[in-house]
Amino acid sequence: MKKRWYDYLWIASALYLTLGFFNILFAWLGLLCFFIPLIIAVVGGNKAYCNRYCGRGQLFSLLGGRFGLSRKRDIPRWMKQKWFRYGFLVFFFVMFFQMLWVTWLVFSGARELGGAVTLLWTFKLPWHWAVPAAVTPWVAQFALGFYSVMLTSTVLGLLVMVLFKPRAWCVFCPMGTMTRLICKARNSGKE
Amino acid sequence: MEVVRRARPKAYVDPSYCVACGCCVKACPLGAIQVFRGIAARVDEAKCVGCGRCVKGCPASIIELREAEQ
Repeated sequence: MKKRWYDYLWIASALYLTLGFFNILFAWLGLLCFFIPLIIAVVGGNKAYCNRYCGRGQLFSLLGGRFGLSRKRDIPRWMKQKWFRYGFLVFFFVMFFQMLWVTWLVFSGARELGGAVTLLWTFKLPWHWAVPAAVTPWVAQFALGFYSVMLTSTVLGLLVMVLFKPRAWCVFCPMGTMTRLICKARNSGKE
Repeated sequence: MEVVRRARPKAYVDPSYCVACGCCVKACPLGAIQVFRGIAARVDEAKCVGCGRCVKGCPASIIELREAEQ
């Protein structure tokens, strides 16, 4: 099948994570991965982002498929059930708003800028070298928080890629769940 | 002589578990699957030859080949 430009978006995903290692301000670009799927779902009423443009999904396909890093086993039954998918979406939302809250605290001066990225909502990884000296603290704090979200989801995605099928992450990806809910709501009553 | 109808397997997507990720769409060599309105994948039975690539490609493993009467 002929390759299209969007079949190479995995490069953007890999580049995003790499650039964030050197300068955390690149993490702001990750907002595109938040807003584009939402806009497509709200305006277009479809999941074209997941179906075509998700660079992370492509990266998992490439690593798990062509590079053979996946065991290609079935995911556990509970992982594809609604309670888990919606529960994970809620959990992700809570963590996202907690990140926004910390950004607000730094913005208001109630808290100092932290120089760490939090992996899996638990482990603090030192990341101070990637924070430019002359930067508004809340801008850097948001970048650190957002990069934490992106890194955590990538690590989880890689983990399930290795254990199960290459794109096992897509089954419970919070953005996928959210955009599907939007599509359902938008297309309700249509046949 | 009795004529036995041959059943041909076709892909069947369980809509209650489908997350509309589109992996099956990419896997299908005949373009027999489409994601319908971002909700779930649908198989065009007229095009499906039951090759099973979508079954392997589905990350949720919710596609199976079922025998359908021709």
